Amino acid sequence: MATLVIAEHDNKTLKDATAKVVTAAGQVGGPVHILVAGQGCDAVAQAASKIAGVEKVLVADDALYAKMVAETMETLILSLADKYDAILAPATTNGKNYMPRVAAKLDVPQVSEILSVVSSDTFVRPIYAGNALATVQAPAGKKVITVRTTTFKPAGEGGSAAIEKVSAAADPGLSKFVGEELSKSERPELTSAKIIISGGRGMQSGENFHMLDAIADKLHAAVGASRAAVDAGFVPNDYQVGQTGKVVAPDLYIAVGISGAIQHLAGMKDSKVIAAINKDEEAPIFQVADYGLVADLFKAIPEMNEELTKLGYK
Amino acid sequence: MKVLVPVKRVIDYNVKVRVKPDQTGVDLANVKMSMNPFDEISVEEAVRLKEKGKATEVIAVSIGPQQASETLRTALAMGADRGILVKTDGEVEPLAVAKILKAICDAEQPTLVITGKQAIDDDSNQTGQMLAALLGWPQGTFAHKLELGDGSAQIEREIDGGLQTVEVKLPAVMTVDLRLNEPRYASLPNIMKAKKKPIDEKSPSDYGVDVTPRLKTLKVTEPEKRKAGVKVKTVAELLDKLKNEAGVI
Repeated sequence: MATLVIAEHDNKTLKDATAKVVTAAGQVGGPVHILVAGQGCDAVAQAASKIAGVEKVLVADDALYAKMVAETMETLILSLADKYDAILAPATTNGKNYMPRVAAKLDVPQVSEILSVVSSDTFVRPIYAGNALATVQAPAGKKVITVRTTTFKPAGEGGSAAIEKVSAAADPGLSKFVGEELSKSERPELTSAKIIISGGRGMQSGENFHMLDAIADKLHAAVGASRAAVDAGFVPNDYQVGQTGKVVAPDLYIAVGISGAIQHLAGMKDSKVIAAINKDEEAPIFQVADYGLVADLFKAIPEMNEELTKLGYK
Repeated sequence: MKVLVPVKRVIDYNVKVRVKPDQTGVDLANVKMSMNPFDEISVEEAVRLKEKGKATEVIAVSIGPQQASETLRTALAMGADRGILVKTDGEVEPLAVAKILKAICDAEQPTLVITGKQAIDDDSNQTGQMLAALLGWPQGTFAHKLELGDGSAQIEREIDGGLQTVEVKLPAVMTVDLRLNEPRYASLPNIMKAKKKPIDEKSPSDYGVDVTPRLKTLKVTEPEKRKAGVKVKTVAELLDKLKNEAGVI
């Protein structure tokens, strides 16, 4: 049988996370199909059909799926589940929301946030905020899996999968989408940015985060934050990098005024290169940083901005 | 309306976990245990609903060893009215927890179940959603704000791009995120009072649930450790290293 990947998208663009889950799905086995559930999501289906290694793209285009509300996603995925040995979704807030409902209804345990596929039924996943790694074997039967996308490379392009429409499943009529406040930013998203500059409690105010914006613009970086900075109200919750926020693995992570609590390290320690700026030379962040600068960030950040200009970054 | 609050006993979040040398798990011997921090936020929210006169009774449930009764006492000291301890040793997976909680919901008929979005030990982030599915109830996960209406609730949720509000019919399950509220510390008089509040002791078989784990843990290992790198003296030196040594800018 086949493996089904649930696409992550916003009805306009297919998110990078989907191609990464396709990579994991290919390792689990069987032909890989993608389900695009949305409303007016043709462009997403087209993009999904181009991912290498995908055999078929199923599209459920209905107002019910416009915001991927969990209760409607559950009945849709269940209506298709019979044909699949394994169902995979990215461990985004969407995937985390609907997938356990699917697993419960199929009466199978879910394997959450896998980091790697050992074999078709065995996976490695983080526990204790990534301070330990568990290798778990799922029982015979259907596999329901969410994938931590930072550890899988996206499948390439070059596919030409058939696109097939599927009908909407019954509306459970339990919930409805009311509204959303999404952060608007011209910068790359945290989870797919190649460079991230994050601020911590040391930033002292939301105003001061603009100093990081200037550098982010020059480096085409995303701006993140520690939990302390979010809890203090400096920046919105979706900036948070850490075990309970976003888990990221960019090429370069610049931690500014971040002490390096376990919770934060769990969200960024897989970054290729870590640079840290902190005035406290004992800060735990320096134990994981490739490059550490002990300095007052209020001097260092403006200086960095100037130096970057000198180096030709605009 | 009744509010049910499932709480889990886990290794205290300040404790640095150690993987056992035989790779069978994490060392739990002589380690400080506490209530899962997300569950503290759930208890707080439920108690606030009671204080506002919206909830009539707050029932805390814990599934775990005898010592999980201490976790229940914490919930009672924060203001829950009574506890249910479902006694079982060993690990219980989210699906089994959800099945036990479903049976309890069938018996207690709460209007709202409030629980943490995940436990900080297994980091599964499944139980609330599974419970909602088994009950055929809606869910508001990763809750940031709750507004109770008549027969429905509006729940503002923390999502990847920002915040999202959903309206759910009641009864419903809500799983809480970090910023819903700041849990109180139990006062000494309330801790004393909590000792007199009732805790019902049950076993999974009372609810007809088999808690044998279905995922087999083959091994538990330590992640590769990152090593500290070099200290640089100036911003210029830092940028030079990032550009010419690491090649990342």
